[in-house]
Amino acid sequence: MKVAFSLNGRPIAWDGLPTTRLATALRQDLGLTGTKVGCDAGDCGACTVLLDGRQVCACLLAMGQLTGKQVETVEGLCEAAELGPLQHSFLAHGAVQCGICTPGMLMAATDLLRRNAAPTRREIEDALGGVLCRCTGYGKIVDAVLAVASPPSIAPPPAGAAVGSRLPRVDGVAKVTGRDVFGADGIPADALWIRVVRSPHARAQFELGDLAPLRARLAAVLTAADVPFNGFGIYPEIKDQPVLADREVRYRGEAVLALVGARDAVLAVAEEDIPIRWMPQEPVLGLDAAVAHDAPLVQADKPGNLLLDGGVRRGDPQGVFASCAAVAEGIFETAFVEHAYIEPEAGWAQRVGDRIELHVTTQTPYMNRDEVANVLQVGPDAVRIVPTACGGGFGGKLDLSLHPLVALAAWQLGRAVACIYTRPESMAATTKRHPARVSAKFGCNAEGKLVACDVRATFDTGAYASWGPTVANRVPVHAMGPYAVPHVRTWGEAFFTHAPPSGAFRGFGVPQAAIAHEALMDELADKLDIDRLEFRHRNALRVSDATATGQVLGHSAGLAQCLDALRPHWRKAHAAVDAFNATGNTAGGVLRRGVGIACMWYGIGNTSMSNPSRMQIGLSPAGTLTLYNGAVDIGQGSNTILSQIAADAVGLPVHQVALVAGDTDLTADAGKTSASRQTFVSGMAAERAGRDLRRQILRLANSGPDAALSLDGATLVVREREEVRSLDLGTIGPLIGEGVFDPPTMPLDADGQGVPYATYAFAAQMAMVEVDIELGTVKVLRIVAAHDVGKAINPTLVEGQIQGGIAQGLGLALMEEYLPGRTENLHDYLIPTIGDVPEVECILIEDREPLGPSGAKGVGEPGLVPTAPAILGAVHHATGVRVHRVPLLPHRLREALLARRP
Amino acid sequence: MGAYLRPRHLEDALAALGRPHTVLAGGTDFYPARVGQPVTEDVLDIGGIASLRGIVATESGWRLGATTTWSDLIEAELPPLFDGLKQAAREVGGRQIQNVGTVAGNFCNASPAADGVPCLLTLDAEIEIAGQQGHRSLPLSRFIVGARRTALMPGELVVAIHVPRPQHEARSGFLKLGARRYLVISIAMAAATLEYAGGAVTRARIAVGACSAVAQRLPLLEAALRGATDASSLADRAHPAHLAPLSPIDDVRGSGAYRIDAAMTLLRRLLRSVAP
Repeated sequence: MKVAFSLNGRPIAWDGLPTTRLATALRQDLGLTGTKVGCDAGDCGACTVLLDGRQVCACLLAMGQLTGKQVETVEGLCEAAELGPLQHSFLAHGAVQCGICTPGMLMAATDLLRRNAAPTRREIEDALGGVLCRCTGYGKIVDAVLAVASPPSIAPPPAGAAVGSRLPRVDGVAKVTGRDVFGADGIPADALWIRVVRSPHARAQFELGDLAPLRARLAAVLTAADVPFNGFGIYPEIKDQPVLADREVRYRGEAVLALVGARDAVLAVAEEDIPIRWMPQEPVLGLDAAVAHDAPLVQADKPGNLLLDGGVRRGDPQGVFASCAAVAEGIFETAFVEHAYIEPEAGWAQRVGDRIELHVTTQTPYMNRDEVANVLQVGPDAVRIVPTACGGGFGGKLDLSLHPLVALAAWQLGRAVACIYTRPESMAATTKRHPARVSAKFGCNAEGKLVACDVRATFDTGAYASWGPTVANRVPVHAMGPYAVPHVRTWGEAFFTHAPPSGAFRGFGVPQAAIAHEALMDELADKLDIDRLEFRHRNALRVSDATATGQVLGHSAGLAQCLDALRPHWRKAHAAVDAFNATGNTAGGVLRRGVGIACMWYGIGNTSMSNPSRMQIGLSPAGTLTLYNGAVDIGQGSNTILSQIAADAVGLPVHQVALVAGDTDLTADAGKTSASRQTFVSGMAAERAGRDLRRQILRLANSGPDAALSLDGATLVVREREEVRSLDLGTIGPLIGEGVFDPPTMPLDADGQGVPYATYAFAAQMAMVEVDIELGTVKVLRIVAAHDVGKAINPTLVEGQIQGGIAQGLGLALMEEYLPGRTENLHDYLIPTIGDVPEVECILIEDREPLGPSGAKGVGEPGLVPTAPAILGAVHHATGVRVHRVPLLPHRLREALLARRP
Repeated sequence: MGAYLRPRHLEDALAALGRPHTVLAGGTDFYPARVGQPVTEDVLDIGGIASLRGIVATESGWRLGATTTWSDLIEAELPPLFDGLKQAAREVGGRQIQNVGTVAGNFCNASPAADGVPCLLTLDAEIEIAGQQGHRSLPLSRFIVGARRTALMPGELVVAIHVPRPQHEARSGFLKLGARRYLVISIAMAAATLEYAGGAVTRARIAVGACSAVAQRLPLLEAALRGATDASSLADRAHPAHLAPLSPIDDVRGSGAYRIDAAMTLLRRLLRSVAP
């Protein structure tokens, strides 16, 4: 059917199936990939466009409905190559992180602003409530819309002043114009498509029937038999997850077959045409089932379904509990949590001679390269990973997803092969946050000083190992919380079940453990009648304290400063809450307010393992200064941060730094974007690379270390006091500076003693909540977050990380629970909307870390860790209910409130 | 691939329904049910039939055309009788959904958690259905016969919703409970339409949604409210026994017991808010 409509003011004559979704037509037929698809179900709003001036989801419109209509997309916001004021405002306020929701947000806000040039916060929330963002926590988006008439003008920092400035993202323009290329955006028109056939059962044996009829219809049907090495996994010695299941499936959503062919052809294959005979078995679900003495083994070679265990032992907690003035204990449980990045897994591969090239959304190109090479049984050099823009990761895009399938198909067929996961597929197939059961006991003396702690954290690691060992290792180191405790016993253990693999998710198990230790800090403080903040302050780890692993903190342990900064807010909040609760309120006393506090610490980088980063910065004969940066920016801002650090180290202005990012052929290995490590580890490597280049320049100019540089085309001018030297880069030839940094750690011994991390981030957050006693609902009214970041390289980006982490922590506390087969979409699985995240005030504490670039540490994960316990502490303060299971859905809180009453 | 028809006239749509078609209007239920799947069935898109869209006052009340969107409703000038339905409209999905989703599509989809249904039940909405044999009309309470099931016969199409004019001054309200602020499927919801004369309730219509396969009116509560004169006495008259028609299930959003408990709270709050 021919459809004539107006697209961004231009007439369009489109021809195709009239039930084609507008989003599909825009992206595939009309070349406008600025409109993103996050769910195809109207649940996320990423595809928001304007239809006759009103915001609509392009995934819910049939092309047949568009005749005579006017459609506007993000590409229409700046036809003349000039950014519009709203786009400027988004950049200036840091309202953009990964950028996948940005086009939808911009269009929704455009609709609002045309009707209402000066909207209130509430009106903005109502207008943007249909677009989900998983990165920003929404605050900076609201700020950007509020201030659209007068966005702050941010002058580009001069040479040497980039670090510490609120530089807008260096990759931001592409994100606010829809031009950034995400995993699904750059797929060649002639690429074949993969549709993955997945297990509908949590546990089953299966037999494949005759695949010949299917193979006759399609380019290929891949099975386990087609995979050269049918196992992958994070750890070199644990390649336990099959690319395609072989006669047995271990979780609902596990990949079984890959149908390869033209897109329409693979989609048209009916379920009944796929010959699989399923023999379902009773699955092992949940920790109790996994550890039952007669439990079936999820993996035949893992007795007791145990993946791994280990812990930290220091002193004699059992011996001293009896002499404690107060002891608190409890068991705390968490659920599977889904990353819910708005960009589902997507990418494509092509064979180039004897090499395979993958363009995928990823957090870890080098690990992807090695894993794909192993699956294909080729050398790592035969694989090139070109990361696309990444529309959110949070740990979920560290593992392989579609990579081996597109690689294998492209390798075998010699054609470009693409795959985009649907939202339900993304949710069912990929990793989750580990469900945890944390049994914890803490004791303190009469002065309120912690004396002993005993924590056992048990994790459901799902069907395959993934990052389970990382979680089981990291948690025992952190499970006593950021406090000085002389007698410690912590234990972490992970068990297999027939559930989706639990993997890496912002915090690697530490957020689950924090729910436990912070609840018990509250209880101890209450028992001794000590203010909850002061109790924590009294016990905070400080410089020269020894941690439970015996590591003496030499510097940069700013928890006490964080608490000092929170204290006035805490006191004010208490007064406000007391007044509210005492005077009753307009709702007849059914609303109760409370305020809670929680602390965290987090080791930056891998646990007792080498995790180096290598950065290079080159100055070409033409005068182009290029940072070769293998660290993937998944929205957190490393492209910008590393450019700032490198520019200052060289001594040239940051706007002159061009970027080559993440391509395994063009950049060195910077390690994974995980463990909050890129600012600290890659940042230090970038600083060293910059210094290296500067040294070379100064040597050529025969100048001293304080010389000022300026770059004008191919001429580099070096000024030292009165002396000015010009270097002609054309004659000098290319210069390249290189820097490597691997944070110094030491292995942990059998008792968990050693130096697991080179540095730690610390934070304290305060949450104020309002509980509806009759309905059991919790509204978070305000959060104040004080974070010791060492040095804020870019305060706007640091705040963005904190606010975004807080939004995820709020979701963890109040609404997020992944249940296979039941919450496999974004309307049954709830993440916070713009109306759920309160205003967040960030306080940045800069207790300099001498090992880090300009003193900086990481902040990617810390924002999330204390949020849930702060909210739960506030709920306790408001109601007296101590929550032992999250998410605290309304019915759970209401039941607890009813049980509390006589 | 199936056929796609987008007629401009109702007669053409009805003629097309001589054989089965999936009816498409706002698409907000149609496409989410087809994620990752091609559309293979025959589709009748009724969005091009101008006579099906819009709200008009009639002699006996108001007529809401079948393709009237939630946003059309929100922006329409209507008496306080419609306040509850407008509140529900603002709670349906986000603005994107409200701008294309239709009031009629909401109850034709017949989800137990359809946000529009409790309000329409309390408005005594009559559903006008057209077929090859002519028009018939059913009260909404008989139009929805179960979860995801309606009384629509093959060949029939919903063409309008009729809301009768109340005898007395009327007020209405709606409360929705969900686990987040926007884009949320209701755990429970309550709707009320009360008519007043001389400061007392002459007629009450109350309904609760998401607490049974189909949203239910609560006749015992309605009877108990008659004659009430002020807010607190209205709310006080609500009694758990009035919730007998409800039969909530346990699901990912809440337990059945919680739903009953919450429904009672929502009802009491709602009654306070719609008191004279």
